[in-house]
Amino acid sequence: MDQPQVGIVFWILSFVMLVSAFMVVSLKNIFHCALFLIMCLFSVAGIFILLDAEFLAAAQVLIYIGAISVLIIFAIMLTSNLAIKKITQTNENAVVSFFISLIFAFTVVLLIGNTHVWRYSAEIPATGNTLNLGRYLMTEYVLPFEVVSVLLLAAMIGAIVLARKERS
Amino acid sequence: MFYYLGLAAVLFSVGLFGVLTRRNAIGILMSLELMFNAVNINFVAFNKYIVTDDLLGQIFAIFIIVVAAAEATVGLAIVLVLYRNWRGVDMDHVNIMKW
Repeated sequence: MDQPQVGIVFWILSFVMLVSAFMVVSLKNIFHCALFLIMCLFSVAGIFILLDAEFLAAAQVLIYIGAISVLIIFAIMLTSNLAIKKITQTNENAVVSFFISLIFAFTVVLLIGNTHVWRYSAEIPATGNTLNLGRYLMTEYVLPFEVVSVLLLAAMIGAIVLARKERS
Repeated sequence: MFYYLGLAAVLFSVGLFGVLTRRNAIGILMSLELMFNAVNINFVAFNKYIVTDDLLGQIFAIFIIVVAAAEATVGLAIVLVLYRNWRGVDMDHVNIMKW
């Protein structure tokens, strides 16, 4: 089976995603970085829609944009004067790290481009994906599901214990 | 398929650059979220094109999102404690574990 082609929507989404991702790592004002992070996460949700993963796109918007971004903005506000100060945000490794990331990206893209052994599945992906996802989570993958909820509980308790003011 | 994987690889590299260069602890956490998202794109792309008979990739992506949420919670709590103890979140000054 041939390489499936992508449409113009993919290019728009990936352009927005990469530009805002680059803004996230390069802007000096950390608050602007958080806003660009939200934009980047939105385009990732769009990519999920393109890949027929509607539930995952919804979860992305709810959890990442609705919860994690708000959490990050809260943390930025709580650690105060960062929101206005324009200090340099990169350390002395910036040039070296830039080239390391560039080489990494180049290598991986080259590797993917030269791989021709993908065994594309011929069958059409099942529709009604949210229904199937829920069914899988409640039957076959119920143990990881429960374990991950215990993990969330542990993380919540840990965060509360860490952030609580210590009694003197 | 190639385009999705390439996009994810570039996004991952941007996140890697952020993790390596950011001075601010919150900036490092944001770059980490970028890397998580790149991995999620990979999982969902493989789920759509290679292994289509069950939704293993999407289920794994859901678990990654949950773990990322837990990681962000604990990480930001640590950032708050850092700020309380050192009056700043500059990671270059957090070298108390360095022997």
